[in-house]
Amino acid sequence: MFELLWLIPALPLAGFLVIALMGGALARRAVAVIGVGSVGAAAIVSVGVAAQFISAPPPGDSLTQVLWAWLEVGLLRPHVALCLDALSVTMILVVTVVGFLILLYSAEFMGDDESYAWFFAYMDLFVASMLILALADNLFFLYLGWEGVGLCSYLLIGFWYKERENARAAMKAFIVTRVGDVGLAVALLLIFTSLGTLQIQEVMRRAAQEWAVGSNTATLAAALLLCGAVGKSAQAPLQTWLPDAMAGPTPVSALIHAATMVTAGVYLIARTNGLFSLAPAVQSVVAIIGVATLLLGGLSALVQRDIKRVLAYSTMSQIGYMFLALGVGAWSAAIFHFATHAFFKSLLFLGAGAVLLATDEQRDMFKLGGLRAEMPYTFWTFVAGAASLAALPLVTGGFYSKDMMLWNAWTSPKGSPWLWLGGALGALITALYAFRMVFLTFFGERKSVVSRRPGPIMRIPMGILAVLSIFAGFLETPGWLGGMDYLSPFLGTALPGLPHAKSQPAMELFLQALTSLLCVSGVLVAYLLFVAHPEVPDRIAAIKAGGWLQGFWFSGWGFDRVYEFIVVKPFVRIALANRGDVVDTLFTGLARANEALHSSLSRTQTGKLRDYALGVVAGAVLAIGIMVLL
Amino acid sequence: MILVWLIALPLLVGILAWIAERRGVGLSRWVALAGLFVEFAIVLRLWADHPIRMLTPGRATWLVELKLAWIPQLGISFHLALDGLSLLLVALAVFLAIAGVLCSWTEIQERVGFFHFILLATVTGIIGIFLAVDLILFFVFWEAMLVPMYIMIATWGHEHRRYAALKFFLFTQAGGLLMLAAILGLYFVHGRATGTYTFDYGQLMAASIPAGTAMWLMLGFFAAFAVKLPAAPFHTWLPDAHTEAPTAGSVILAGLLLKTGGYGLIRFLFPLFPGAASAFAPIAMTLAVIGIFYGAILAFAQTDLKRLVAYSSISHMGFVLLGVFVWNELALQGAVVQMLCHGISTGALFIIVGQLQERIRTRQLPRMRGFWETAPRMGAMALIFALASLGLPGLGNFVGEFLVLFGTYTASPGMAIAAAIGIVLATVYSLWMIYRVFFGPRKDAVKFDDLDPRESILLVVMGAVILWVGLFPQRALDTAGPTLRALERHVAGSTARMAGKPDTTETSLSRWMGIVLPSGRDRDR
Repeated sequence: MFELLWLIPALPLAGFLVIALMGGALARRAVAVIGVGSVGAAAIVSVGVAAQFISAPPPGDSLTQVLWAWLEVGLLRPHVALCLDALSVTMILVVTVVGFLILLYSAEFMGDDESYAWFFAYMDLFVASMLILALADNLFFLYLGWEGVGLCSYLLIGFWYKERENARAAMKAFIVTRVGDVGLAVALLLIFTSLGTLQIQEVMRRAAQEWAVGSNTATLAAALLLCGAVGKSAQAPLQTWLPDAMAGPTPVSALIHAATMVTAGVYLIARTNGLFSLAPAVQSVVAIIGVATLLLGGLSALVQRDIKRVLAYSTMSQIGYMFLALGVGAWSAAIFHFATHAFFKSLLFLGAGAVLLATDEQRDMFKLGGLRAEMPYTFWTFVAGAASLAALPLVTGGFYSKDMMLWNAWTSPKGSPWLWLGGALGALITALYAFRMVFLTFFGERKSVVSRRPGPIMRIPMGILAVLSIFAGFLETPGWLGGMDYLSPFLGTALPGLPHAKSQPAMELFLQALTSLLCVSGVLVAYLLFVAHPEVPDRIAAIKAGGWLQGFWFSGWGFDRVYEFIVVKPFVRIALANRGDVVDTLFTGLARANEALHSSLSRTQTGKLRDYALGVVAGAVLAIGIMVLL
Repeated sequence: MILVWLIALPLLVGILAWIAERRGVGLSRWVALAGLFVEFAIVLRLWADHPIRMLTPGRATWLVELKLAWIPQLGISFHLALDGLSLLLVALAVFLAIAGVLCSWTEIQERVGFFHFILLATVTGIIGIFLAVDLILFFVFWEAMLVPMYIMIATWGHEHRRYAALKFFLFTQAGGLLMLAAILGLYFVHGRATGTYTFDYGQLMAASIPAGTAMWLMLGFFAAFAVKLPAAPFHTWLPDAHTEAPTAGSVILAGLLLKTGGYGLIRFLFPLFPGAASAFAPIAMTLAVIGIFYGAILAFAQTDLKRLVAYSSISHMGFVLLGVFVWNELALQGAVVQMLCHGISTGALFIIVGQLQERIRTRQLPRMRGFWETAPRMGAMALIFALASLGLPGLGNFVGEFLVLFGTYTASPGMAIAAAIGIVLATVYSLWMIYRVFFGPRKDAVKFDDLDPRESILLVVMGAVILWVGLFPQRALDTAGPTLRALERHVAGSTARMAGKPDTTETSLSRWMGIVLPSGRDRDR
């Protein structure tokens, strides 16, 4: 099965090529079959490869498949090569399965779109790029997937390009993430120059040998990688592109948030964990960025009106949790949450998509409401997703992964009670905004007409994802709850585990009870505020401080305005001021001076004999004068 | 003799095409096209016949060489030679000449025969530049390509064609004159020292010139090449010339004329004056980085689409200048790949601008919007080349830029980081361009046809080449590799020889800039 590894990225890529080259000639059904089928086939191959990897792991628990030598100049010899280990197995499983489900849903969801073929072509390319990113055996090839993901997000966010806003949002996403990518690019330069290789495992090995813990080079390398990760994963301070990225079709958002793109940063840090271990300072920064973003995103999500923007800020916040876990060295916990998040977040987006489709793109939750009775299937699956997002205790997948991260944030040598506190507060906020969304959309009085309900093609993926959101948590449960651990020992072959902390079952149980309480109370508060007493939020907003805070959070903490003011405007002003190219005035000035000289000299050519005679005399006097004086 | 044919064939075809006009303009076009395909076949044959990879590494070996006495009294010979580097550039020249003929198919309607003659005469001069290894012969070709280019801009150009043509001519001529002075200076210095008065490249390479003199002579060559490249601040002829030239003229200008500058730096400037060039490197690299930023910022500000693409060229050629002056294998390979890919991608963008102008009679961005709906094929092609220009991995320009960056980082991390930041600006203006032209709601009144088969095929082939270089660059790298390694070794050897006498300019400059200059030490890494 392993020899089929190359098929996993190649199948979606082939899907892209076929649709892109003959899209015009294909029937819609054929496009859907190719677009969805290619990713489905990749998912089947992934499952097969994963099954073999688990049942008969390759020697050293990793396997490399070289496709061709990309280029060879001096020591720079990046290959187009795939590397399979426990981490990439997990990644490709999630990416292909979730990607397949989203694409299947899109076959119906996008049914009326005029650019149906392009949509599937881009989506296939998106999945292919993400798979390349996850499977790349060297950083150079990884960078190809990395940028490919960025390109596809650009194409898909701006998919409805006829609206200027959409095209602008697409441009913003690409440019902001590219700012981060400079960090990644320089990291490549630094790593190659000092270690002489870009092959990831070799980089980790040599770095551990040659760089001391906390050395400048290691710190710099990790910091640069972090720049790239922050941009792609929409973490502070490069998070601003994500809310605007909602301009794309809803399945695109699902794909960007769940399976591709934003998780790339998490993956990159997990993949290069060796470098981060050598740079404890940077690793702490990762945790701090994580906590800051999870609170920032959570609070912003709390006041949004647009259902998709709530989900966007929620993603930011949930990726913040993963960064927190990465920052305390809980690599496996971060990947665990990546998986559960992929399930419930894609589910939530698909549910939101179904709502938007039914209500003619009514994104304002305050104009929705009461859809519970009209769309029961969507409602129940959406609740499953929201419960998992809110991490309702015991019965949801999100609970187990979030619990694992928080517990590690408390116990890990790199963790601290403060980090835990930030995460726990975030859990309360998460529950609050998740169920605010549920209550506003599905409860209360009905304010919009439901014109269309999801058909079977949309319902099947939603159902599967709902099941996964609830049950994926049982891969890994705390000790007193059966102590199942399927994921961490498996990931342990690729990611270092945490040093074994002293077992503190009482403490663990206490903290779990506390966070569970926070989550449940979040749901209750949401119920009180948005179902029982809907006038209270308005009253809070009416207070001066409340209103200000609401506006501040609503705008995503004003980052956009700050960037507009300190980056965009000055750049545009400088560019426009110099539109005519100031250097050119130097040369045109030279030409002007010559012309002036020419015209003044030509004025002496009067054609009058007496002027010339005067000239001759003056010249003679001058010459004699010089001879006498010198 | 094959080399003479390589040069003469385009000229002969040009004359034939001129004559053929009497039988109909269509025939003139077909003659030019067919002739160029024959030429291209010869180049490919040469490439196939010479398994470049098998050469012993480290020795500059000409694949084909031709040396005829010309003015032996003065040491001038008709000396042509071809190696991997020139092969790549000649191939590019013929490829873009074909593109030039094809993109003028409907655009040029006046004096069609003469147009093709002029186009092919320019190409003749350019191929001559890539093949000449006698400095006087090189200079002759250098000047010979100017005149037809001038005529092309002045005859078939747009509104301000006379101004642009004259400006182009004066700039390049000024640079060329300084180079002529430097060639003569080199001739006499070398002659006086050795007793052999010669303009032969191979012999002059071995000349040892006092550091001060070498610096002045080097600057003479640099003037010519920096104007051509162009390096900021000698770039201001370029936006005017590109914008006013007919599409084929822009393609040849951006794709080939600029490359003669980069080629000159690699072939002549560094090998002839290793010490002086190394000493000058910090300044040149600074100019390069300034050019990367300056061109990109100006590109963003333009409202004329063609000017935007023209300024982007300045930014991209900054990478070539940077790569050459870093002068190690990675950076040199990067500079060569960047030259090839920039030639194709920017040429293609100019072709697209030309197609737009033919359809809507304007190049002004404010008068464009939402054209994707009208012409999705054109939009898709423009997007591909815009992505190439912003350095998307998988496309050739990425390979070029990143090789330059990898090479630069070993010499000067600061410069490499600055150049890497420049890539963000490339993203900004490239996406901005696509946004302004193709996205948004469509302008109501504007409707036109999408690409026809001729235009589509041309652009698709150009895109395919960019993609091919992006995914399988090794063929190109192997072709230029032996030459570049040999030149690099030659320079390293010379600087090592001169290392005995410390050169004050070099050390103080490099210390000031914090730059590790190419030296013999880590050559063999």
